[in-house]
Amino acid sequence: MPAAPTQAVLPEELVAPDSSGEALRVLPLQCAVCQAEYPPGPSAICERCLGPLEPVYPAHRAWPDRAAIAGRDRSLWRYAEFLPFEGAPTLSLDTGLTPLVEAPALARKLGVARAWLKNDSVSHPSLSFKDRVVATAINAAKALGLDTVGCASTGNLANAVAAQAARAGLPAWIFIPHDLEPAKVVATAVFGPHLVRIRGTYDDVNRLCTQAADRFNWGIVNVNLRGYYGEGSKTMAFEVAEQLGWRLPTAVIAPMAGGSLITKLRKGFRDFLEAGLVSGDVPRLYGTQAAGCAPIVRLVRENTDVLQPVIPNTIARSLAIGSPADGVFAARAIRETGGWAAAVTDDALSGGIRLLAETSGVFAETAGGVTLAGALALAAEGHFTAGDEVVLCITGNGLKTVDAVPDTVRDLPIIAPKLRELSALVEQSA
Amino acid sequence: MSVTLSLPTILARLADGQTTLEASGATLGEVVARVAERFPRLAPRLQDERGGPYPFVAFYLNDEDARFRGGFGAPVTDGDEITVVAAISGG
Repeated sequence: MPAAPTQAVLPEELVAPDSSGEALRVLPLQCAVCQAEYPPGPSAICERCLGPLEPVYPAHRAWPDRAAIAGRDRSLWRYAEFLPFEGAPTLSLDTGLTPLVEAPALARKLGVARAWLKNDSVSHPSLSFKDRVVATAINAAKALGLDTVGCASTGNLANAVAAQAARAGLPAWIFIPHDLEPAKVVATAVFGPHLVRIRGTYDDVNRLCTQAADRFNWGIVNVNLRGYYGEGSKTMAFEVAEQLGWRLPTAVIAPMAGGSLITKLRKGFRDFLEAGLVSGDVPRLYGTQAAGCAPIVRLVRENTDVLQPVIPNTIARSLAIGSPADGVFAARAIRETGGWAAAVTDDALSGGIRLLAETSGVFAETAGGVTLAGALALAAEGHFTAGDEVVLCITGNGLKTVDAVPDTVRDLPIIAPKLRELSALVEQSA
Repeated sequence: MSVTLSLPTILARLADGQTTLEASGATLGEVVARVAERFPRLAPRLQDERGGPYPFVAFYLNDEDARFRGGFGAPVTDGDEITVVAAISGG
């Protein structure tokens, strides 16, 4: 299978993206498989080979320097030159720049020099990294004159589309599996979209949405706007590099659902290297999945490009994509950077959520538990060295999946409002 | 066996503008091969040079991903509905 498209080379004459106030425009597209070129548009499929389309950055685009970026607004738009637009975006201007939290206790457990959490569990506005991709997709929808947006979602994307569409005043059609966690359903419905629950798995929802994008003139962010949507994920890599003081970690560990995040992390690190903003090598990329839905882990561990879909069976519903569209590209990104992949049981991911909270003060959803438990499994297999500096991508908030850690509220003491009883309790716990 | 095969708009123009085709065959692979014979320009979009499926094109047999039923070897029966979907979305 051909490689994903590479970044445009830096030419002699460089021009900054047009941000003069003219109407926002999106960049043209190119097939990642056969390299066929297409004009800007709400299309994600190559007419020649049905491969995925990705935006093509102008060869004359000038990259900003560190000082220019550091002086800009604290949002993902500070990296505008690396995003697929000409002109100034007008929607979701305050998404991005989540904290990078050092986690020394986790570093000790992983046997590495230093560890950080890229904490998108506090992303604005909907508490997951999906805010990033929706921020770029919703601006693309506006630039393309689409008056309705939508998505197929395992939950977090539904939250992000609903919130950002509401703010933008756009109608939204959102499709989810019927058995999604209640918190994710509420955190979507509250924004007032057309929320449709589908009897089936995410992969069934996804198929329907692909057909809907074909039928209706909607901007389905992860279907016909996918080329523009995916670029938003790169900003997680940009922020990591900037927040580490303009340098790269040696390894990054991320959860995998459709596989897009891993591929875009690599692209983001490459962008910064090619722009001269950082030096060194792209970090080793490690992917984690729940054992009940681990088709990409299988691709990596069996060194194959033939994806075998699975019927998901895991409490990590945000990762429950049995037929991941970017699975082959994600596996390749992992192999080519010298990384690896691990799958963990539901019990292990639940333990991962608790360990993350107890050691780092970060409450992650199930995907975060998969990331941490997967990192521990990878450490046990000897994939990290004592000199490694690793970043764990925490992609969603634990308040969305409280059922994943039921043991935390069992056997909690109840006492009368009397100091005597409290004293007894304190003595007992000593 | 007589079945229907639904195409996305992006491929329908290669099948005289039809989004739904009547076709026949004992397996999914046979159905695809016969449709490919009828519409030569569509052929290379549905199957690779060896007559196998592409990784980016999913075939659904009565709402089930055909890969769970043997891929192009999946048996089809009278009245089955086959849907072709570009496997691009997700996540």
